[in-house]
Amino acid sequence: MARAFFRRRKSCPFSGKDAPKIDYKDVRLLQGFISERGKIVPSRITAVSSKKQRELAKAIKRSRHLGLLPYIVK
Amino acid sequence: MPLYEHVFLARQDLAQAQVDALAENATKIVEDNGGKVVKTETWGLRSLAYRIAKNRKAHYVELDLDAPAAAIAELERQSNINEDIIRFLTIRVDEHETGPSAMMRRGDKERGPRGDRGDRGDRGDRGDRGDRAPDFRAREEEVE
Repeated sequence: MARAFFRRRKSCPFSGKDAPKIDYKDVRLLQGFISERGKIVPSRITAVSSKKQRELAKAIKRSRHLGLLPYIVK
Repeated sequence: MPLYEHVFLARQDLAQAQVDALAENATKIVEDNGGKVVKTETWGLRSLAYRIAKNRKAHYVELDLDAPAAAIAELERQSNINEDIIRFLTIRVDEHETGPSAMMRRGDKERGPRGDRGDRGDRGDRGDRGDRAPDFRAREEEVE
């Protein structure tokens, strides 16, 4: 019964070898972690580890400050 | 001396030569205060995600610095005064990137970051985010 809802535990996209480095300049990478509206996607959806999520959030905020990413998409 | 990355945005209606002059000016400030500029990278005229001081586009320049804190303070003070610089960001880094930054790397590996995401198949519903991005920018311009 519970089996029907079983999902393979997704692993953090930023751990393991040849994982991308979180960088505020890498707009393409960061864009994958913001919603259509421009909000940061929660880690429970993207499976980013909490340590990396903190890093990621910081990078996105820096990127926004420089006008590389939107604060909000209307 | 600590290492820094300094990115500044120059007004869109400046010529490339004026932007280079701004970068040179910044270099001079740093060197006068006993620091040095390791690398200067010009990202060119990029469109902004939102309007900053009535600009829809801006010239981006990144400087990798090895400078004392006093030089950074002076650089930021002068950047605040200069009206051609609409925004800047200085962060301390543990080490400078070797080679071109992520910004310059974008072009040469088409769909690069997406390639090594093979293990994220079950996120199907929001897969093609990267492709959708140019689309909403286009729409935004229509509204303007």
